[in-house]
Amino acid sequence: MVPFAGWEMPVQYEGVIPEHLAVRADAGAFDVSHMGQLHVEGPASAELLQSLLSNDLDRVGDGEAQYTLLTNERGGIVDDLIVYRMRYGHYLLVVNAGNRDAAYAWLKDRETRGTEVRDASDEYALVAVQGPRSLERLGLDAAPPFTHAMGEVDGVEAMVCRTGYTGEIGVELLCADDDGAALWDAVLAHGVAPCGLGARDTLRLEVCYPLHGNDITEDTDAISAGLGWTCALETDFTGADVLRRVKQEGPASRLAAFVMEEKAIPRPGMGIEGGGNVTSGTQSPSLEVGIGMGYVPAARAAVDTELVIDVRGKPRHARVAAKPIYRKER
Amino acid sequence: MAASESYPDDLRYHPEHDWARVEGDEAVLGITWYAQDSLGELVLFDGPEVGAMLKKDESYAEVESVKAVSDVVAPLSGEVLEVNPKAVDEPETVNGDPYGGGWLVRIRVTDPGEAAQLMDAAAYRAHIAEL
Repeated sequence: MVPFAGWEMPVQYEGVIPEHLAVRADAGAFDVSHMGQLHVEGPASAELLQSLLSNDLDRVGDGEAQYTLLTNERGGIVDDLIVYRMRYGHYLLVVNAGNRDAAYAWLKDRETRGTEVRDASDEYALVAVQGPRSLERLGLDAAPPFTHAMGEVDGVEAMVCRTGYTGEIGVELLCADDDGAALWDAVLAHGVAPCGLGARDTLRLEVCYPLHGNDITEDTDAISAGLGWTCALETDFTGADVLRRVKQEGPASRLAAFVMEEKAIPRPGMGIEGGGNVTSGTQSPSLEVGIGMGYVPAARAAVDTELVIDVRGKPRHARVAAKPIYRKER
Repeated sequence: MAASESYPDDLRYHPEHDWARVEGDEAVLGITWYAQDSLGELVLFDGPEVGAMLKKDESYAEVESVKAVSDVVAPLSGEVLEVNPKAVDEPETVNGDPYGGGWLVRIRVTDPGEAAQLMDAAAYRAHIAEL
């Protein structure tokens, strides 16, 4: 167990590699109760969130959800999150554990008449169940991604969200804090493999989902990070003017995904020859090769560009890869 | 598959969790069960070249799991005669059999007196019990 944002979190159960492969081949469960839940309610809540979140909230109807960014005036990323529309005048934001306080303070400070922001993180437990057999194992029907509905697993009531952080189909089950242990036990009883933070990181990196604090921060912008698709630049959210300018002029650096061409494992903080540095890196359990992401000068971010990573003083060759690095065989 | 914890009596141990099996003027080196267990499943062994000179107490290789990197410290000084190809190609062998198929290098010992400075299995067990 390791401390993580004030929580004791399992890095692994059986091992990072078997857990990772279980999610790719079958189903795995992650206790992600450390993540934050913020309620934004009131008749003006849609208007408030549309002005603070990068994506177009008008496209999200009842029972739907959206990946979006909470941006600052510099176009930087306060947090990346999923917003769920519960009903008219009620949104639920699931935020990163490490940014729970920052995201809450950011929203609370900007409350307007007709809105109320509330941190309800301690009232919820959250279990992600991911993998090609996850729905079958839990006895759930398929549903479109980025939707949600109430449901249950063996009598434990939960908000069943068709979202995740692994690139696999699956659900995230949000339940009352007191029901968390029962929900976890119920999920495992269906033969789902328990998985820790280690596998969560390798799974998300294979599909190039950014990790806030590593790949995206308050000082990096969405365009450079390749998250322009989450920015409705025609709407007027915080920092949109900066992002429009970055997009028009072209970013100086870009977050590139890369695959090692020799035996070496990139790690966050390693330098990249010609400028830039690794923001995430690991050994890919699916591909059995070192993979990573990092900011490089825009001219060196094109797919197939050769990169040289400084692996503890040793130059190691890598090649820029298309995102996602790992693609499911169909 | 992970091996169960053991520290064979015929080996000499370095406090940085490396072992040496002295065979005449040669020695086989590897990492202990404790070291591989702390790291988790190994995915990379970046070893020395044949002919490299190892110096006791200094790093001569790196081993990596998905989450961590560790230096491998030489328990004895010597010249590398052979690097275990199985450790290079299938590093998880070190987890499964750290004292057998998961050996790392074979060296020609250059200072036979050094072996006496290493711990026996009982002393090494006492050492890790205090960590």
